[in-house]
Amino acid sequence: MLKLNTLSKRLVDALLHIDEEECTMLLKNLLSQGNDLSPLEDVVIPALEHIGLTWEEGRISLSQVYMAGRICERVVEEVFLTACSSRFDHHPRIAIGVIEDHHALGKRMVISALRSSGFNLLDYGHGLKAADLVERTLRDQVDILLISCLMLTSAVRVKDVMEGLEKTGSRTVVVVGGAPFRLAPQLWKEVGAQHMGRSSGEAVRIVQTLTENRIWE
Amino acid sequence: MGMTSSQRLQETLSHREPDRVPYVLPATMHPSREMGLTIKDYFSRPGNVVAGQIRLQKKFGNDILCCYPFAALEILAWGGEAIYFDDGPPNAGAPIIKNPEDILRLQPPEIKGNPALQGILQATTDLKAIVGDDTPIAGVIVSPLSLPIMQMGFEAYLDVIYERPDLLEHLLRINTEYCVAWANSQLQAGAASIMYSDPAFSPSIMSPDFLERYGLPIAMNVVSRIKGSVMIHLASGKGMSVVDEISRAGFIAMSASAEEDLASLKAVCQGKLGLVGNLNALEMRYWCAEEVESEVKKAIAQAGPGGGFVLSDNHGEIPFLVDEEILLGVAEAVHHWGQYPLDWVTSDEA
Repeated sequence: MLKLNTLSKRLVDALLHIDEEECTMLLKNLLSQGNDLSPLEDVVIPALEHIGLTWEEGRISLSQVYMAGRICERVVEEVFLTACSSRFDHHPRIAIGVIEDHHALGKRMVISALRSSGFNLLDYGHGLKAADLVERTLRDQVDILLISCLMLTSAVRVKDVMEGLEKTGSRTVVVVGGAPFRLAPQLWKEVGAQHMGRSSGEAVRIVQTLTENRIWE
Repeated sequence: MGMTSSQRLQETLSHREPDRVPYVLPATMHPSREMGLTIKDYFSRPGNVVAGQIRLQKKFGNDILCCYPFAALEILAWGGEAIYFDDGPPNAGAPIIKNPEDILRLQPPEIKGNPALQGILQATTDLKAIVGDDTPIAGVIVSPLSLPIMQMGFEAYLDVIYERPDLLEHLLRINTEYCVAWANSQLQAGAASIMYSDPAFSPSIMSPDFLERYGLPIAMNVVSRIKGSVMIHLASGKGMSVVDEISRAGFIAMSASAEEDLASLKAVCQGKLGLVGNLNALEMRYWCAEEVESEVKKAIAQAGPGGGFVLSDNHGEIPFLVDEEILLGVAEAVHHWGQYPLDWVTSDEA
């Protein structure tokens, strides 16, 4: 299990108790200590990752993870992103979508977690055709494409996205997540994705690592 | 002479050992391929579903039949749309509750005269006329707690749960009355029992507080008013930590998730709740013949002794992409390893 610092622990506690006031106070205190976004990296990202792992272990429910993400997104937006300029100027360009499936909760949770961590991303929506997703990814010069899936039929179509991107020589890194990949651990490799996140918190960690590695260069 | 499927199920759900482990492979979409129909066309006529269920029984030897096509049908019944795919189950289309306040104006469907629901009732009656009492037909309802996921979208539902408990309670009341009426209509049409599909009852999905406040009282209310036996299906969700609640609600059996240890689940359910599961329907695609046999053996060894076990997948629906050969292998393995008494379980062969 991830080792948390005291502030992250307090944030986890407040988020899981849906205590928006406590979250706001905590993050405002952090901001008052310096006018940058480093607390997102030091406090918020570990907290969200911890919440994701706790869900994977069956100790909290999906509804709690969802609410934690929503609250965190709102508070970070209010406290940090209005006070500081964006965490990243041009890169990484991140986008998210759901292929041929209309279950959008997973996508929403990943968006909340990433925005809470200071990342901006494009939301391509759900029910997309693989070819449309490829076209939009290329048009927007996306560095990291996240694909959320609930159904197996949607998950296997990631292969079409990978082929579409490869044909053009795109260097976009594709990260997948969702129940089919969790329950069939070999599936993400079968479809050719580069990474698989088991929770919204893990998605943040993957994006963070790709960003540190400056994959767009 | 062996038992009929009905006798086999009755015996195992009474926590006694029948002649062999009963099983059901809910490959509900597979017959469409053999019948040369798209999934949409296949489900569009009750006669197709009846013919498909008979094919499934002949091909795989299912001990339970079911005319319920897919969960999004509920939304058709409530005036919404289903979105069809060529190789997977339909999704619910745009939510029928577009704003939380719409809940106050929501009217449940009348079962009589509702084409979507009448189609299922027709198929159930026709199938019952063919199979008689030998093979039970399961009716299905999506629980009052899980229906809102389709009625308004999961995200909006969670927002209502946390922000508008007044509207939530109103919606759950409407859904409860609908579910009771829908379940009893299916029993009247010939279903032998009801599967209460409730992924939201799983603690993987909803918090313990929510289950205590809404999930359990609603389940108790609905189950007590359904005129037949009811099992709960958590649709892949974990259920170990809510076994007591499931038992208190009056269910006779529950689904077993592939993400939980079946032996541990059996230990807490023994003599109290039947278990249905827990083959991993998503991993099945990769199984070779040896793995098919070992997975079936493992499940039977863990949950078969003493009865109270129906071998099935963990989700309640085998993906269309799973090859029929694998399903035939599962059926063959149950016939080989599922004969009671399960002496091999305690021998070296286990």
